[in-house]
Parts: sequence; C-alpha cells; structure tokens
Amino acid sequence: MNTIKHFIKSFLFWELLQGLAVTGKYLFAKKITIQYPEEKTPMSPRFRGLHALRRYANGEERCIACKLCEAVCPALAITIDSEEREDGTRRTTRYDIDLFKCIYCGFCEEACPVDSIVETHIFEYHFEEAGTQIMTKEKLLEIGDKYEQEIAANKQADAAYR
Amino acid sequence: MGLDVWNWFPADAQTLLLILGKIILILIPLMLCVAYITYAERKIIGYMQIRIGPNRVGPRGWLQPIADAMKLMFKEVIIPTKSDKFLFLIAPVLSIMPALAAWAVIPFDRGMVLTDVNAGLLYILALTSIGVYGVIIAGWASNSKYAILSSLRVGAQIVAYEIAMGFALVGVLMASGSLNMSDIVEGQAGGISSWYIWPLLPLFFVYFISGVAETNRAPFDVAEGESEIVAGFHVEYSGMAFAVFFLAEYANIILISSLTALLFLGGWLSPFEGMVDAGHWLGETSLFWFFAKACFFAFCFLWFRATFPRYRYDQIMRLGWKVFIPVTIVWLFVEAVMVVAEVGPWAV
Repeated sequence: MNTIKHFIKSFLFWELLQGLAVTGKYLFAKKITIQYPEEKTPMSPRFRGLHALRRYANGEERCIACKLCEAVCPALAITIDSEEREDGTRRTTRYDIDLFKCIYCGFCEEACPVDSIVETHIFEYHFEEAGTQIMTKEKLLEIGDKYEQEIAANKQADAAYR
Repeated sequence: MGLDVWNWFPADAQTLLLILGKIILILIPLMLCVAYITYAERKIIGYMQIRIGPNRVGPRGWLQPIADAMKLMFKEVIIPTKSDKFLFLIAPVLSIMPALAAWAVIPFDRGMVLTDVNAGLLYILALTSIGVYGVIIAGWASNSKYAILSSLRVGAQIVAYEIAMGFALVGVLMASGSLNMSDIVEGQAGGISSWYIWPLLPLFFVYFISGVAETNRAPFDVAEGESEIVAGFHVEYSGMAFAVFFLAEYANIILISSLTALLFLGGWLSPFEGMVDAGHWLGETSLFWFFAKACFFAFCFLWFRATFPRYRYDQIMRLGWKVFIPVTIVWLFVEAVMVVAEVGPWAV
C-alpha cells in the first residue's frame, strides 16, 4: 500500500511541488537584507572591535604593565616593555598589538585588572601600508581618549552581568 | 534615394544582407536576454532566500549584467601550460555555436522565422546534441582532473537525457504530423484546450525536466559540483573564454524554454482564442504570448535552482534511464492507440 502511495506521489511530483510552494511563498516575503553602508544592525555593548587603552579621569593612563594581557593573549599579538617611571610607578614604555595576529577574543580585556585595555565598537578600518597594522601605545591611547565616553557607557551597561 | 542604393546591390548580395540583418535582429535581443536572465536569476533566487539580490550598479541593479560583462571582457584568458591550446580555445566556441544556431528555425510569431525549414525539429535535436562536444573537449583540453571528471559526468548525463527528450519529441511529431516548427505550432490552434500539453502531459514533464538536465542546471548540475570538482569542466577557463561557456548555458536555458513553449504550449497562439471577441488583442496571436510562455519556463529554471538540492549522480542516471525512458515509451504507445482510434485533438 505504501509503495503504491509513494509511486503515485512521485508521479504527481507531490514533494517537489511542496518544495516549490515554499520557495514560491518566500519570493513574496518581506526581505530582511540590511543595506550595509546605509543601514547597520544594532551592536551589543560587548562587541569586540579595534582596541583602545583608557585613562583615568585625571589623565593618568590606567595600564600598570602587569602583562596579564600579554600572558593571556592566545595569538601572542601583544608585546609589552615596561620601566619604572620617575614617580616610582611602573608603566609601559611599549604596548604593541599586532592586528594581523589578533583574533579579537577579548581575553586581554577580561584579564585587565584596571580596565585599561578594551575593545571598542570600531570595526570599519583598514591599513594601507605594511607595518601600520601594529597598534602602538600612542595610537591605542588616542583611540581611548577619543571614545572614552562610549567605552565607559558600554562598560557600565555590561557591568551588571560581570 | 535609399532604395536606389539597395537596388544597386546584386540580387544575391541583397539576400545575403537580408539574412545577415535578420540574424543580427535575432542575436542581439537574444544576447540581451542572456545578460538579463543572469540578473533575473540572481534577483529571483535572492528573493526566494529573503534577500534582495544585486542592487548597487545602476538603478535597482539594472546595469549589473553590463558591469559583469565588462569585467569578464577585460580579464585575461589564462591558457594552462600543458593544455591542448587549440582545443582549449575551440571548446567554448563549440559550446555556444549550437546554442545560437538553433535559433534559426525558432518561429517567434506567424511567419517570423529566419528559415522555415521542414526538418526544423530534427535540426534542433541535431544541434543541441552537438553542444555536449564543447563541454567534453573543454574538459579534455584543460588537462585537469576536475575538468575531465566533470566532462565525463556531463557526457553520460546528456546522452541519457537526450534519449528521453527525443522520445518526448516523437510524441509531438505524432500529434502534429510535421517536423516544421511553424506547422507544429499551427496544429495547436484553437485556444488553451487544443495545446499539445494536455494529451501529451507526461511527455511535457519528461521533456522539460530532461531540458533542465540537458542544460546542466540545478538539480542536475553535477557537472559543477562545487564541493567535489570545484567548478566542473570550466575550472581552467577565465575571462571571455569562461564567459562564452556562461553565455552558452544561458542561451540554452532560453532555447529550452522557447522550445517547450512552442512544442507544448502553442508558441505564439493565444490561450484565449475563441473565448474573447474577435479582434481583441487577448485573442490574437502575437509575439507577446510566445515571450510570456518562454519567460514562464525560464522562471521555472530559476525556481528549481532555488528549491531543489543537487541530485546524487546515480539517481540522475536512474531517473534518466529507468524512469523517463519507460514513461515516454509507454505514453507513445498510448498516443499511438489514441491516434489509431481517433481519440484526441489531432487531425491525422
């Protein structure tokens, strides 16, 4: 009986027509495409994009050169050199992130005891010359200064879940 | 004045020029159709996947095919070092030549045909069979394992489906009693109920599905099998040589769509013949009906591609040899009995 049923169904293209009906229905469905440069999808405060180094409100850089980020970095993208400053505190003299190595996992941000290294919302960037993919301390601090308000707001939004 | 210049040509040259003019009149719209069916394909499949498809080049993406064509024209045609250069370059030509030459006997409207030969259908069958040589030669000349595997698949597949296709066309011949394309269409006069699709329904499905298989389109596109053989017989082709294969594939889609419309759906005949007042455009024969029917089938090609997953190779062979050929033979017997018993719409 089942064989006959299957036979008839095959010859009536029953299952094929069902499939065609599905695609036929979606032909007229509302399209969900986001027209990227003009439209953008909402972004989570946890988004991990380009890195930044933050400062305290008094202008002092947060990073204390503990090198936890360097240690935790699975891609070995971070290189840190440190020295004692004149006031006796330890600071970095070099803080490089090689963006070609970085996998944007966010471990550096998690590891940082002083919320210094963070990953921002910036994801539309490019490099035009070899070597410029290395984010130096100056560049990172500059980004941090520029987007401090946004970074702080995102940290605040996510703080409840940490 | 202009007529004087025309008369100045000898009679033979006039004929030649007229034919050349007609060929250009057929080929240019055909090439435009090919260009825009690629656009239609991307749009329709996009829509079926809830996307919107190309929309950046020109208003609503209308210039996309032009941009694609420009890109392909300016790309380098890379010839593999160890390939057979002559065959490598002749293969795309062998592929597109039959796809274009077949249009010589396709009637677009009453009397609107380049050559109204009496063996039109036979000519088309012969030419569509030549198309496979382009693919096989391309696969062999490329000197690449992927290309040769793909061309072997195509060869077996096209041979298998050509038989079913030929048998389906025998049904049309029995119904119309003619090999002339125009006569076959005229034999279906008298509104939608007189079309050959009704008495030949199984043959119609066999023909159209075989047509999809013949053009190597989804779900029968094992020739391209991205996951196993990269892109099939044209892996080694680039630039214009690749574009010519592409043109041939799409020209074949339009050809199969048009043939299905002509042979089973009465070509340029109106479906409302005799149902509306005489003189009303809906009841008249026109280019529009032919175009609308062909477009529907071309749409089906794209619809299938958006819907069906690729067949497994042994299933393709099973469908061709063990389903389609028996079905067509059985139906030919049924039709023969109908013809002898004089049941049915044909006047033999």
